Amino acid sequence: MDYFHFDDAQAVEPQRPWTRRRFSKPKRWSEAAITCAMWVGFAVVMLPWISIIATVVVRGSKAFYIDYLTTDMLVNSSDDPLNAGGVGHAIVGSLIMVTLAALIAVPLGIITAVYIVEIKGRFAKAVRFFTQAMSGVPSIVAGLFIYSMVVIGITHKYNAIAGSMALSILMLPTVTRTAEEVLKVVPRELRDASYALGASQFRTTVSVVLPNVRSGLVTAAVLGVARVAGETAPLLLTSQYFVKFSTDLFKNPMASLPTYIFGNLGVGSDNAVSRAWGGSLVLIVLIVLLSTLARLIGGRTRRSR
Amino acid sequence: MEIIAPDKRKIAVRRGIVDKAFRGVVTAGSMISLIVLALIAAFLLYRGFEVFRDFGLKFFTSSKWDAGADDGSIAPSFGVAPMLVGSVVVATIAISIAVPFAVVMALFLCFYAPRFLRRPMTSVLDLVAAVPSVIYGIWGYAILMPHAKGWAETINHWLGWIWIFKVPVPIFERSPFIAGVLLAIMILPIVTSVAREVYSQAPQDQIDAAYGLGGTRWGAMRTVVLPFGKSGLVGGAMLGLGRALGETVAVYLVLNLVFKVNFQILASAGGSVASLIASRFGEAGPYELKALMAAGLVLFIITLIVNFIASSIVNRAGKSQR
Repeated sequence: MDYFHFDDAQAVEPQRPWTRRRFSKPKRWSEAAITCAMWVGFAVVMLPWISIIATVVVRGSKAFYIDYLTTDMLVNSSDDPLNAGGVGHAIVGSLIMVTLAALIAVPLGIITAVYIVEIKGRFAKAVRFFTQAMSGVPSIVAGLFIYSMVVIGITHKYNAIAGSMALSILMLPTVTRTAEEVLKVVPRELRDASYALGASQFRTTVSVVLPNVRSGLVTAAVLGVARVAGETAPLLLTSQYFVKFSTDLFKNPMASLPTYIFGNLGVGSDNAVSRAWGGSLVLIVLIVLLSTLARLIGGRTRRSR
Repeated sequence: MEIIAPDKRKIAVRRGIVDKAFRGVVTAGSMISLIVLALIAAFLLYRGFEVFRDFGLKFFTSSKWDAGADDGSIAPSFGVAPMLVGSVVVATIAISIAVPFAVVMALFLCFYAPRFLRRPMTSVLDLVAAVPSVIYGIWGYAILMPHAKGWAETINHWLGWIWIFKVPVPIFERSPFIAGVLLAIMILPIVTSVAREVYSQAPQDQIDAAYGLGGTRWGAMRTVVLPFGKSGLVGGAMLGLGRALGETVAVYLVLNLVFKVNFQILASAGGSVASLIASRFGEAGPYELKALMAAGLVLFIITLIVNFIASSIVNRAGKSQR
């Protein structure tokens, strides 16, 4: 009677592709050639990436002088010699807008992740699906949307708030997805223990689950920030560019590193292009720092578990 | 003997008022992505509606983009056909260059690379995926273009008898080919990550069995890993396609936008809906702005469809593997 587990064997059968194809006899030279081709492919892929980083570092460092990071472009034009003016206003503007964007996107992203993982509601699948769809929204479309809704509709001016709203649209899917991954690894026993003590779901989520993955959530936020720190297109349409230090969120446009780079490229003179490379270097260093930070924090969670 | 089973116990969940409120708030908050997507579509449609009404299907088939004269002597006329075609052409070039390299790269990282190289390469992939598009753009303009121009000349010299490699005038800068190469480099990290993810889930027992039958490493790749990762790779390629279609700044910097449908990829004339918006936005009057909104809506819907297909393929691939 028990011979029926042949069924299992048959179920496995179609998953073995090699039964259908024949192997060629192992030939050492062809194998070596393919391994060689793999290495060549690897080198070809690495080449542009190395070139990008190297070029940005080499050309970008030309723009640096002692006050480059702390001055703005209020009294200088892009064409001026490289020992005057700087990128300070763009750094401050980027930091302000990215921080604001994080303040909007991170709580919403975590809430969305909590809904998918903790509440597992009726729409959990749909919410995941739409989050995925949102991660594919082209950045310029996010910019156009905020332009048509906020800049035309409400403020009638380019300003930092509009810029950070556009960035938060692009940040949200990254934060949600990372937070979801993080929440998924919370052991069920923790939740069960909390429920067994009579805690409500609210209590369990807020004082057991979320604190347990605090550093993972920070990682999610930092990854989201790194994702949008270099976005150019939406800022061209919402916060534009401004030559001086500014902390005004509503009335004035605000500079940012990407629009600083883009604007200087548009000017086109040698000094302006050097400034663009300098801005690129600052931007890349900022993003590398953020990514490293995210990995360090994320790594700590993993080890402590 | 008859077995009398007890009735199934019913488990009733009774939630307190706090929990009900909590669940309500979180559920409402989680709808944000749906709301934002709907709002984007609604606003762009609302602003661009007039253009769709005025031009109808001509908006998609016409090659003319003319804001008209302020005094009304020249009527405005808008059509995105060259830009749509250009977007697709550039993205196709990017995908067809990026996917083979991504496969090689993913196989290399999963099976061929020495162990000390694998972990740092993960970080490198993450890093280059995070490099902003404006930096790809400035690099593409300053470094890639002079090289790629030479490649384009070589292709034109040897394969010029094929129609798509012909050029009307021998200018090879700012062509769809160069934009495609730059986009290929840009989307390579994401396609590679997806492919690597899928290949790393290839069943080890089957790979071992392939070796056990006396197969070579490439034999195992060809018969186990590649067929296994096919659908995941398609999904990754679609994700890359979505990104390539929506890319603005990098393409803007290396592509000459020309309002003429052009399939000759080496010629210095191309199009891209996203770059069109960026390039016309600054000087657009109110009516042209509406046309740009309409173009944005078209771009939004196209990328949405591509991403829907991509994510459903990736999700399905992910499920069947387990």
